[in-house]
Amino acid sequence: MISRLETTDVLVIGGGLAGERCAIEAAAAGQEAMILSLVPPRRSHSCAAQGGMQAALANCVKAEGDSPLVHFLDTVRGSDWGADQEVANIFAEEAPNAVRELAHFGVPWSRVRGGRNHYFIKGEAVDIDEALENDGLIGQRDFGGTAKWRACYAAAGTGHAALYAVDSEVVRLGVTVRDRTEAMSLIHDGSRCLGAVVRCLRTGKLFAVMAKCTVIATGGYGRIYGQYTSNATINEGTGAAIALDTGVVPLGNMEAVQFHPTTLSPSGILVTEGCRGDGGYLLDKNLERFMVEAEPEKQELASRDVVSRHMAQRMRDGKGVDSPYGRHLWLDIRHLGEKHLRTKLLEVWDICRDFAGLNPAEALIPVRPTQHYSMGGVRVNKDGESYGLAGLFAVGEAACWDMHGFNRLGGNSLAETLVSGRLVGSRVAEEASGMSLRADTGLAFDAIAAAERRAAHWSARTGSGRSVYDIRDAMGEIMMHKVGIFRNGDELEEAVTGLQQLLDDCDNAVLRCKDPGVNPELGFALRLKGMLRLAMTVALGAKARTESRGAHFRTDFSSRNDKDWMNRTLVRWADDESAPTFSYEPTGLIDLPPGHRGYGSDDRIEMTGTVESYNDTVQAEQAAHGRIPSAEAMGSRLRRGAWKAVAT
Amino acid sequence: MKDSGNTETRRLRFEIFRFNPEDANSEPHTDVFEIDETPFMSLYIALNVIRETLDPGLQFDFACRSAICGSCGMMVNGRPALACRTLTSDLPENIQLYPLPVFKLIGDLSVDTGTWFRGMAERTEAWIHERLPFDPEAQEERMSDDIAEAIYEGDRCIECGCCVASCGVANVDPEFLAGAGLNRVARFMMDPRDNRSDEEWFDVVAGEQGVFGCVGMMACADVCPKELPLLEVYAYLRRRTLGARFVARSDADQV
Repeated sequence: MISRLETTDVLVIGGGLAGERCAIEAAAAGQEAMILSLVPPRRSHSCAAQGGMQAALANCVKAEGDSPLVHFLDTVRGSDWGADQEVANIFAEEAPNAVRELAHFGVPWSRVRGGRNHYFIKGEAVDIDEALENDGLIGQRDFGGTAKWRACYAAAGTGHAALYAVDSEVVRLGVTVRDRTEAMSLIHDGSRCLGAVVRCLRTGKLFAVMAKCTVIATGGYGRIYGQYTSNATINEGTGAAIALDTGVVPLGNMEAVQFHPTTLSPSGILVTEGCRGDGGYLLDKNLERFMVEAEPEKQELASRDVVSRHMAQRMRDGKGVDSPYGRHLWLDIRHLGEKHLRTKLLEVWDICRDFAGLNPAEALIPVRPTQHYSMGGVRVNKDGESYGLAGLFAVGEAACWDMHGFNRLGGNSLAETLVSGRLVGSRVAEEASGMSLRADTGLAFDAIAAAERRAAHWSARTGSGRSVYDIRDAMGEIMMHKVGIFRNGDELEEAVTGLQQLLDDCDNAVLRCKDPGVNPELGFALRLKGMLRLAMTVALGAKARTESRGAHFRTDFSSRNDKDWMNRTLVRWADDESAPTFSYEPTGLIDLPPGHRGYGSDDRIEMTGTVESYNDTVQAEQAAHGRIPSAEAMGSRLRRGAWKAVAT
Repeated sequence: MKDSGNTETRRLRFEIFRFNPEDANSEPHTDVFEIDETPFMSLYIALNVIRETLDPGLQFDFACRSAICGSCGMMVNGRPALACRTLTSDLPENIQLYPLPVFKLIGDLSVDTGTWFRGMAERTEAWIHERLPFDPEAQEERMSDDIAEAIYEGDRCIECGCCVASCGVANVDPEFLAGAGLNRVARFMMDPRDNRSDEEWFDVVAGEQGVFGCVGMMACADVCPKELPLLEVYAYLRRRTLGARFVARSDADQV
């Protein structure tokens, strides 16, 4: 039986890897933690991460010379210089420990086999002798956009194994998990977050949880792309949406949306980058390996945004394979052999069998790029604390921390969930232990009442309005086709107009289900407006950013522009305002000066001032945009110039 | 890709269990829905078509829709299955859908697997009982890749509950560990990082609710969507458990 008002020290909204790791840290520090999760935590979308987790362990021959500094360089370059470099450095330094900690929690990492190993590298079969003294250490495989083999993995179920191990820890510590609950709004007084209003997805009843600190860990917003996403049905961006609703918490870089090169056509189910890491090729309809010519150096293992654009272009050039569901290309992993496919890529084997009816040892896999990851999210400082509301934190894909900038490297998000989960959990525990709970019941009951009015409004509305599912589908079509892999000003304008129409339609949409209890149609309706508002921030952010950086590619502004756009988009939009407010803050302290990523030609528009003069403005400007001071001074964890020792 | 086959569209007839415990007027019953089959139609697609066009109140669970999260177990023509990876082309025109038994019903096809699995994890202490606290300074402990692959094989269970629903014992004894629970125990038992002794394991697994409660009908192995080798898992558990007993007895004899 749930009462109307509950309290805890730390409220974590979202039971995936980032949220659970955060709750573990808070609980281990003696704070009472409560996790809210849409689904039993082991069903969270973290379980879908397949191929690997990046950490510079350097245990195999092709990883020799790797270090957190090389990982830092890959991450910043991969981000197209959109990342906060201090955060990228913290991340790269702590990732190896996150992998080892997971081994301690029970993840059965694939291990180095000392002696002769057979690999496929850039299309060639290669035999490499792994050092016997490294036998049994955690192994690495190749992934896109990295200088070294760095992705630690458990077959192709890395996220699953990690999530089960971390959830085991949650059970061991006795952390309270309320599964089948959904946060509907944040309770706050304009300067501090005091908890959340929650809908029980077993009964449909609303209640409030008041906490000293609240953590948003709800994952990405891929479902604003409708069916054009590899994301689970539960990745609807709820956490970002309720933060946006406050009007005081900004979201960062919402236009930074990743498209994964290889998702199964037409279902959009992910086929891991590990396939290409282990030696798989992309082929067009003439069975030509087009990536060799397009990117001779990295070939299929160029950054995801680069590969996705080449694939989309190849299909535009008439080299795609026609099917009743649109065009696709081929992924070829036949040469890796059945034994490898049924051990190190087992989940790919299963997915090909179950969802395409094919045997990947014998047949080509139909693939096409699809929305995959949200680099944008709730903007936070390096401690994970949001801008604008003290006591509100965000972590993992829901956050814009921001180590990914405009393009995330494969395997970096899994590592981020564990690294940032621990770090933010520790900061949250510190803050919570120094204060007492402020159970402002008046604010809480007001917030519950407001949420109940929203629900009642939906239920009471009658007439001939559009169905909520119809609006959802229209949103997905707009987002994929006008705010997708290739963007331009005219289509983005059309997208904004279309989304505004959908927002109006949403205000007049009518529910057909009046059942008491869970009412799945009402549940979706309560999320729909938030999804549309997120979609609008993506479209408007993309329209305003007149340059191309990472996954944000403008055909009408095809160069990266460091002169005008070395900054992060921030957007605020209270739920009672008709339009959002955009502003731009400096990306963060620069250590590695902006340079060429190494793909295509170098047509960047360079910064006009010096890095030093840029760095002089960062602290004050970010503070002016609402940045809450971090526990340690800005820049304290930037190892200035250390990368010079490893740069190539 | 699989050939979508004949060109004639089938009309599918779904008979679906309905009950909304939150609605005082709701009685358990079945509803019939008819929709046209489309190529590559899975039950994920079919159920969403039904909900979005015919009955917006219909309750069911999906998350990943790619057979890895374990949300969508249900009885499909009398057999537990993951709905997302069940293609209608593999089914007759008449399709009966019921919620999984054993688990508490939330509504229609939606059941509470989360509570069951958390309870099982707590009873079996399904976590690594480690020797020492984590040392961030130390290199990882070594493990052979063969052992890692063997543990991973057991770790692949997605806790969908199909084996539990298919189990004759679990249907009458809610505490019985069933396939998923026993598999999880075996996964930790074979993990060299878990330092529980055979005697401690004996208490977890040897009772009526453990491996000796299994009456060997093995429906669990037939329905497991991940094709886990449950027969071998139970044999391993019996062997380890009996071994522990004999060792303990002979130790006692010597005292």
